[in-house]
Amino acid sequence: MSQDVIEVEALAKRYGQTQALAGVSFSVRAGTLLGLLGPNGAGKTTAVRVLTTLALPDSGRAAVAGIDVVRHPALVRRRIGVAAQDATLDRLLTGRQNLVLVGELSGMSRQAARARATGLLEQFELTGAADRVVNGYSGGMRRRLDVAASLMARPPVLFLDEPTTGLDPASRQRVWEVVRQLLAEGVTVLLTTQYLDEADALADRIVVIDSGRVVADDTPQELKQASRSARLEVTLAAASPHAAAALAPLVSGPVQVSDDGQRLGAGVDPVPGLATSIVRALDRAGIAVDNVEVRQPSLDDVFFALTGGHLGNGTPDEPGSGHGAGQAREGARA
Amino acid sequence: MTTAPATAPASAALSREPGTGIARRIHDVWAMTRRNLVHISREPTQLSDVTVQPVLFTALFVYLFGGGIPIPHGTYKDFVLAGMLALNLVTSTMGTGVGLSSDLHEGIIDRFRALPMWRASVLVGRSLADLTTFLLCALIVAMTGLVVGWRPDAGLGPVAGGFALVLLFAYSLTWIAMCVGLNSKSPESAASVGFIVVFPLAFVSNAMIPTQHMPGWLRVVADWNPVSAVTAGARHLWGDPNPSATINAWPMQHPVLAGVAWSAFILAVSAPFAAWLFRRRTTE
Repeated sequence: MSQDVIEVEALAKRYGQTQALAGVSFSVRAGTLLGLLGPNGAGKTTAVRVLTTLALPDSGRAAVAGIDVVRHPALVRRRIGVAAQDATLDRLLTGRQNLVLVGELSGMSRQAARARATGLLEQFELTGAADRVVNGYSGGMRRRLDVAASLMARPPVLFLDEPTTGLDPASRQRVWEVVRQLLAEGVTVLLTTQYLDEADALADRIVVIDSGRVVADDTPQELKQASRSARLEVTLAAASPHAAAALAPLVSGPVQVSDDGQRLGAGVDPVPGLATSIVRALDRAGIAVDNVEVRQPSLDDVFFALTGGHLGNGTPDEPGSGHGAGQAREGARA
Repeated sequence: MTTAPATAPASAALSREPGTGIARRIHDVWAMTRRNLVHISREPTQLSDVTVQPVLFTALFVYLFGGGIPIPHGTYKDFVLAGMLALNLVTSTMGTGVGLSSDLHEGIIDRFRALPMWRASVLVGRSLADLTTFLLCALIVAMTGLVVGWRPDAGLGPVAGGFALVLLFAYSLTWIAMCVGLNSKSPESAASVGFIVVFPLAFVSNAMIPTQHMPGWLRVVADWNPVSAVTAGARHLWGDPNPSATINAWPMQHPVLAGVAWSAFILAVSAPFAAWLFRRRTTE
């Protein structure tokens, strides 16, 4: 389609023994945000590096704004903004000097770069630290400055590689706001993230990659629907050896039991009155119930199902969300 | 068919690839030079090799060795000042390679690579920023010289010419230093390799003592050493004692020409090589 601003076809890239990309294809339509999800080492950053002309693919094709990234990297660079995963800032310059340098090296005049830098520093709430050396910035401030730097030349295509990793919730919201604003202005964005709620909140489309392959490519809505079964979580007043057997006829798949025996989890078909049936069945078996929860599938569930659940470190979600899913994860790994 | 509308504007723009116009290149080099000057201003202690060292070396050589080395038709302090300029500048050049090597290990290099800038401005900007520190070094050598009693016999023009000759040579060496930096795994290894390159170059020369007293083979090396050419060239231009003028080697007979030729040759070889190494180092 002509409105695909980012096109990736059968992209493969190997680093030594590691097949970072093993034939990845996806596309991003103009003015939309694609969330590129995957566990650590899935190939997200490699895909971004190829698209931003930093790495050459072994095979396959990638184009940004209709321009082949291998054949005309210099032309691609004029149309993109990049906020890489490792903050690509000059630690000895101030925040303002960093932005002005990036602006000037993008072809802006010094005056224009200064004016733009002042605006961005304000937008990212860095005005107070603008004239301090970046070396003294907190991790969150560096991330914000990095995103600001990627916007200096007002690029029509933006690559944000885990832009909110390490940000506090308020700063995260701030970055989200800016991203939404850019989308409203018609900017096309490719955003990688490990935060599923971030993809859910911002992405028009989500591509999940794992071990260098695309394992899902859909809208957040459809992805959630694809994992049809809801999740049942039951908390018992006291552990019972008969609880799992009592639940078995009502659920689909195996019942997972927590170590203390008090919490049970399973995939279920969310039929009407399910919670009542669950409580009755347990009551008949003489088991007292503290809590029954039937949860609609979240993107986390979809993600864990698609990637076999080996999400690396850095799952940002509250530890309580899906202890059952945690058990399923362990099972999938074994 | 389907991609045609998207590729059409791209092919129209192919004729004006960014970063290729001369004005744009100067713009990028200027931005990179200022960036490196800010770096220097942030860590002034790293400037000691162009500020403290020249004073120490000049005072050391004049007062410690001066009495023991006879110079025909002149004094040791008048003889050694051009040598001090060469020694201090030549030993400072390797810092350029160390700085470049540090840059390559920072995330900032990825930022530069994804920008529509002239890539070589990373190298040119660094060499120019370091050249300004060399000017500072030359100034400090001259001041120290005047304090210890060095008085050039020539007029302002030839004196400035002598400084320019040694500075040009030092500038050409920064490109060798950058090649070393681009070939090094770490700033530390760039520093130690640089040390190995620079010290024989600076010392096996006529900078500190006349080559007439050296053993035969070493003397040939010293007389053809580019450091000897620029040092003799500066002595010649300044009207300082220049014992090398009596040596029957071509560079010692034409030291200014030889110094310029050496510098031009080093630049012509090492600058494209550095650019090639930079491209190779930043390709993945």
